[in-house]
Amino acid sequence: MSLEIVLFYLAALVSLSATVLTITRTNASHALIYLIISLLAVALIFFLLGAPFAAALEIVIYAGAIMVLFLFVVMMLNLGAGAVEQERRWLAPKMWIGPGILAAVLLLELLYLIVGTEVVTPGQGVGPKAVGIELFGPYLLAVELASILLLAALVGAFHLGRRYMRARREEIE
Amino acid sequence: MTAVSVPIEHVLVLAAALFTIGLVGVLVRRNVIFLLMSLEIMMNACGLAFIAAGARWAEADGQIMYMLILALAAAEVAVGLGLVLQLQRRFDNLDIDAASELAG
Repeated sequence: MSLEIVLFYLAALVSLSATVLTITRTNASHALIYLIISLLAVALIFFLLGAPFAAALEIVIYAGAIMVLFLFVVMMLNLGAGAVEQERRWLAPKMWIGPGILAAVLLLELLYLIVGTEVVTPGQGVGPKAVGIELFGPYLLAVELASILLLAALVGAFHLGRRYMRARREEIE
Repeated sequence: MTAVSVPIEHVLVLAAALFTIGLVGVLVRRNVIFLLMSLEIMMNACGLAFIAAGARWAEADGQIMYMLILALAAAEVAVGLGLVLQLQRRFDNLDIDAASELAG
């Protein structure tokens, strides 16, 4: 059994267990932390499959931007008197054990890949250059459609959120 | 490190398992935040299947489809979380069943 297969199974195990823990949590913040671990594991699988650009996007956009958006809303909905006590409970050291173990497995895999004797050579797998050439060649129309979708989402989210903020301001006043 | 050493069947099984977990999450959870998270899990599993297929035939198309899924997920989350804020404002809880007035 070769090396990548072992790394793949480890990452798959981490990803599956983190995902199961995500949907069984009762606290949204804990679930989000497990979901981020799961996304990091999937990013490692992308890397092992020879798609480094997609792995970077997974971390930057999914685990970075989208999950932070979730966290913002979870924090925003918990304004009020019990918020401080809740914050203290969320940051209890005990709850970091599970995510910590799963993240440590991923970190060990990553260190093994970086320090290990095998060198990741460009040309194998599909690099960012090939993706870019395809993306702005035959798929140009899809890119434009995606940009229109994102613009529509921007306008929609602004509209929905603005009315929420105005109502909150009136409540406070 | 060769791109094809991981058998595609195993990756597809993993993608199917992740998708199923997400689907179970959508079916059993009633909190809107958790529903949105489960949708993200399902979309991520679809992306994994696309990447696996793209890696199997060493084509860039899989990664491009993944990027389009990423854009779709970002748009969906933005609008979905806006709706979550509205739900919280109107019904004062995040239970999806609270918003079933249109059921008639």
